[in-house]
Amino acid sequence: MASATIAPALKQPAWTNDRNVLRVLAIVFVVFVYVLPLIDDSTKTMDFMTKAMIYVFLGMGLNVVVGYAGLLDLGYIAFYAIGAYTCGILTQAFHIPQWAAVPGVVVACIIAGIIIGGPTLRLRSDYLAIVTLGFGEIIRVTARNLTIDAPDGSPMVRGPSGMANIEQWSFGGWSFTDGLNIGGMFIREQVIFYYFVTTIALVLGVFGISRLANGRLGRAWKAVRDDEDAAEAMGINTYTTKITAYIIGAVWAGLAGQLSATQQLSIAPTSFEFLFSALILMAVVIGGMGSTPGVVLGAMFVSLVPNLLRNYEWAENRYLYFGILLVVVMLFRPKGFWPATDILPWSSEKIHKWLTARKAAKAGKDLIATEEDTYE
Amino acid sequence: MTQVLIDGLFLGCVYALIALGYSMVYGIIKLLNFAHGDIFMFGAMIAFTMLTAVPGLQSAGIVAVFGVLILSMFLTGGTGVLIEAVAYKPLRSAPRLSLLITAVGMSFVLEYGVKQFWGSKSITWPQWAQMGAGSIPIFDGTITISRLVLMAVSIALMVGLGFYINGTRQGRAMRAIALDQRASTLMGVDVNRTISLVFFIGSALAGAAGVMFGMYYGAIGFMMGFLLGLKAFTAAVIGGIGNMYGAMLGGLTLGLIERTTVYFCNGDDSWKDVVSFGLLILFLTLRPTGILGDRVVERM
Repeated sequence: MASATIAPALKQPAWTNDRNVLRVLAIVFVVFVYVLPLIDDSTKTMDFMTKAMIYVFLGMGLNVVVGYAGLLDLGYIAFYAIGAYTCGILTQAFHIPQWAAVPGVVVACIIAGIIIGGPTLRLRSDYLAIVTLGFGEIIRVTARNLTIDAPDGSPMVRGPSGMANIEQWSFGGWSFTDGLNIGGMFIREQVIFYYFVTTIALVLGVFGISRLANGRLGRAWKAVRDDEDAAEAMGINTYTTKITAYIIGAVWAGLAGQLSATQQLSIAPTSFEFLFSALILMAVVIGGMGSTPGVVLGAMFVSLVPNLLRNYEWAENRYLYFGILLVVVMLFRPKGFWPATDILPWSSEKIHKWLTARKAAKAGKDLIATEEDTYE
Repeated sequence: MTQVLIDGLFLGCVYALIALGYSMVYGIIKLLNFAHGDIFMFGAMIAFTMLTAVPGLQSAGIVAVFGVLILSMFLTGGTGVLIEAVAYKPLRSAPRLSLLITAVGMSFVLEYGVKQFWGSKSITWPQWAQMGAGSIPIFDGTITISRLVLMAVSIALMVGLGFYINGTRQGRAMRAIALDQRASTLMGVDVNRTISLVFFIGSALAGAAGVMFGMYYGAIGFMMGFLLGLKAFTAAVIGGIGNMYGAMLGGLTLGLIERTTVYFCNGDDSWKDVVSFGLLILFLTLRPTGILGDRVVERM
């Protein structure tokens, strides 16, 4: 009796279900992003690739909040703004190197995360969506109106004009602006910065977050997302779990803000619009919530589309198409382009189900429940 | 100070009309309809098109404007029903996150779809369809007749809605669904139809608010629904979301608070949004059910 319920083997090529395929793809991707400057190190390419890697980093951070913990954050860019402003103010007011501002950025984001997440995470999850939306607006308006002078009296934060002359990363006596000479090959500032951002995005963003997601905390996030009551019954403190996810997301966004500020060497308050938050959300949703390869692809897609579309009109109207895509994905492929449960996109769970059903029909037994009951 | 009160009450009426739709939809299917603010904007846009595209309307004057107002309400109502049918209905049993994301997507579709057709520049409402200037002095402030008319219209709409929800069969069906969807189905309520109707009414009210906004302020743009939608939501939360009178009260409260903020900042209105959304966060922290909301805090 019991032996009949064993699922039949998949009838699709075995390699599509092999975890190693994913590893090979990951290695190809890593090699590609590291070799790219050797092929094309033009300012334009480096610029938008650096930006794309910052998007990947941001996407992985938001993935923790939306993908793993199932909390909708619509003001994610607020933390990015906090990170950018904190590093700008710290380095200019106290004349410290950029790396020394990192702890300050982290602390500022943790505090902001607790202020926003603390009260609202106790409520229904959709309240969080709207509160974060409001928080995003608060930060945007504040950034636009904020004026602070440096201790020596010179203007530092200048309202709508933001901040200028952000310090580039420097370690000891060496700064990125000096470039680097390796074996007679001179590496420009931009290329070094690209490698720097890429390494952070891949190590801290992609690798770090996906490791975190498979650990104890990550499993707790997913449990809370799937069924909060059941998770609580299993001994998970749902509130702490959610707020941890929210704070980690905030810190990642803050670091991305710092990277972005040092890329542009200035901070413009106009870049902290709701659109930006929505764009990162789209990257996560379209790519696949909770799916590392999905989010990486989604972030690359969202950031590179305007650069790749030669047709200007298409690039201009991309938000309309993104909006349609968002609705269509939710209706027809709610797990995104690359679902977290699949090795490859379309490595088809459905084929599996269909085969199981056919086998069951042949055996004359109804082995699978076709209807899922929905209880509220 | 009287002027601040009048300004605040007027602004509050606009917020309240939008907040009502938000609150109705939330009360009945527990969905934050992010596209609601954009329906408000869409209403203003189609009214503008009707006013400018139909020749000879100008000679009909105020009658034509009210005709357009009513027609726009029907059209926005239809849009609301369409959005619900296409984007929300198939996801009714899906996780809440999917619904919220779809709503954000719908909002984008509306905003940038409108941008596609009407352009990204601010549109000037036809001069003749704007409200005239005559004003009546009240204590140390003045109120323009146009404001009085618009406030009267919005109050009439709200009172009418109150009678509809509390006094008709359909209204009772709505309240029943808000309490328990499954039980209402068992009692013979056509749930799908009633939900469509809720979307129709909510969107029609938002459309009316949009037309009134255009008539009064004279300039509309494709992004105006975003901030106003957010404000309306804040109003709904302050009053108690899901509660009709709460939405009205919240709208008026928020309008007053906003104008008072501007008054105390000596006319500088750059911080008013910060105060509004700060208030939203404060309310959700201290009293998430709002002023009039029931005391049950749903946790999920």
